Amino acid sequence: MALLEIDNLSVSFRTDAGRVHAVNNINLHVDPGETLAVVGESGSGKSVTALAILDLLGEAGRIDNGSIQLEGDNLVQFSEADMQRVRGDRISMIFQEPMTSLNPVIPVGKQVAEPLVLHRGASWPDALAAAEDLLKQVAIPDPEGRLDEYPHQLSGGMRQRVMIAMALACSPKLIIADEPTTALDVTVQAQILALLKELTVETGAALILITHDLGVVARYADRVAVMYGGRIMETAPAREIYGNPQHPYTRGLMSSIPDLSGPIADRLPTIEGQPPDLANPPPGCPFAPRCPHVSTACNDGVPPFEWLTPTHGRACVGHE
Amino acid sequence: MSNTLLDVQDLKVHFPVTEGVVISREVGSVKAVDGVSFSLAKGETLSLVGESGCGKSTTALAVLRMLRVTAGRIVFDGVDITNLEGKAMRPHRPKMQMVYQDPFSSLNPRMKVRDIIGEPLRVHRPDASKADYQKRVAELLDLVGLLPVMADRYPHEFSGGQRQRIGIARALALEPELLICDEAVSALDVSIQAQIINLLMDLQHDLGLTYLFISHDLSVVRHVSTRIAVMYLGQIVEMNTRDALFAEPRHPYTQTLLQAVPLANPELEAERPQPLIIGEVPSVRNPPAGCRFHPRCAEALPQCATDAPAPRQRGDGQVVCHLA
Repeated sequence: MALLEIDNLSVSFRTDAGRVHAVNNINLHVDPGETLAVVGESGSGKSVTALAILDLLGEAGRIDNGSIQLEGDNLVQFSEADMQRVRGDRISMIFQEPMTSLNPVIPVGKQVAEPLVLHRGASWPDALAAAEDLLKQVAIPDPEGRLDEYPHQLSGGMRQRVMIAMALACSPKLIIADEPTTALDVTVQAQILALLKELTVETGAALILITHDLGVVARYADRVAVMYGGRIMETAPAREIYGNPQHPYTRGLMSSIPDLSGPIADRLPTIEGQPPDLANPPPGCPFAPRCPHVSTACNDGVPPFEWLTPTHGRACVGHE
Repeated sequence: MSNTLLDVQDLKVHFPVTEGVVISREVGSVKAVDGVSFSLAKGETLSLVGESGCGKSTTALAVLRMLRVTAGRIVFDGVDITNLEGKAMRPHRPKMQMVYQDPFSSLNPRMKVRDIIGEPLRVHRPDASKADYQKRVAELLDLVGLLPVMADRYPHEFSGGQRQRIGIARALALEPELLICDEAVSALDVSIQAQIINLLMDLQHDLGLTYLFISHDLSVVRHVSTRIAVMYLGQIVEMNTRDALFAEPRHPYTQTLLQAVPLANPELEAERPQPLIIGEVPSVRNPPAGCRFHPRCAEALPQCATDAPAPRQRGDGQVVCHLA
């Protein structure tokens, strides 16, 4: 059975420009121990999906329909108190900005220990001892000395290690990492992602890795879901999506990144136009206005998601 | 007429670190750029790459004379501009322009696009007639792939990619010879990034521009550069032609950087050894003695900790390493 099963989920936000449908009827699952990468550009709905799983959509956001099953429990029906028991325990989240997602006035040791006190009823001394072990696990030098330090005393990479230690504290079944290394330098990025991957393999946790970086996806993901305009355009095992992309958007995305190996083209292939305005989405496929293979069928309605093989599916009516 | 547009020799930019509120005294300095030399031929693209704090942006600001130079020499188009200030520098400014990283904060939200693009013209060519001015703004919009009717709109009406086009149009207003692009495509989504990279390359071809391209993204740098200089803690550690640098990186830091970037290809990734990366970039306030990279270098020798290596010529490029 899947660890997490998202079925027909839609999320919208109330804004001055009217209701914005950020996520529309998506289906997604994550198996125990696997790394699923959710890829897309700004506004594609990838972060909103993560926030919906944790019920962190805020005042303006709401789940319009669908279910989110974690080990058989439908999180959409959970009360706020129930969700508080889930967050940081069964599911934890690693945010993009290690500068703003740690509390600046609380020592890092206490922040790492807190989930153990809240979820496991540990005493503070025990939890702090465990926090020291966690800091050691994420390869922070001199973990004992670091416990009493404040976030501003640590580098960006070290802060992100603290975030990972915090996320791991209660041995969650699922870790959601939203652009965990986008704010970091490349050498630090490589260290952090290798660490995250190693720890998920060790603890058997599943990982949802939200990113716009197709290199990161290629190195770390088992399976990939490509999002655009609030919908899932294509999903497949990682090798398959790079070797045999079936959606025109996936293909466009792949070819528009300049390559680090292979021949250098004079011009980069581009996807013309701009991403859709989700306050006024196109009637059919959200990618239709930019698609090189667009036909009248594309604007008649949203293309249904179809499985081409048991593990490879796409939402496209094209036959090119 | 020499083919060299810009020549930078032993450039140093140090920022004082002071202590004390009432009586402030200097207690040290941050050596943001510490002995950087390079030259730029007309029509080529030199990229400065490196991680945060390596001094790539400070180098650019010093070249533009937006910062005071501590030591060294900057010769632009045959003129020594190292110590030019104010009015003396002004005649040279139109020839060197900058495209900034953030398309949101680099455009004044209260100004219409016409005034943003036209501001350099008003400052440097105050005698131009209104008709000439309007015509030039329309030309510039067209040049960067925007419509002339967009001149009356405000920045918030544009997407990130379109705003970056406005920033480029503003930089081109005075027909510069040198364009400095400081992380000019880093904030954009990949599909938009590709459009802007193509635009920059078309403009270089059509207008004969010379680029100093600053980026941390090696795949973008590989695509646009003629030559590449890799910086680490205020110094250039390796500089070579694009193809030679990627085919045969000689400095251990260059090798580390290249290994750290994942390839967008799972088959190749599976065969690649996982990068071995030691530690993090140290603070520029206390750079390590000897070779600045030695605490993170897997191949460091005892002498690396004490003696700073001198640049060595290797092939068409140079590398600053005892091992190379």
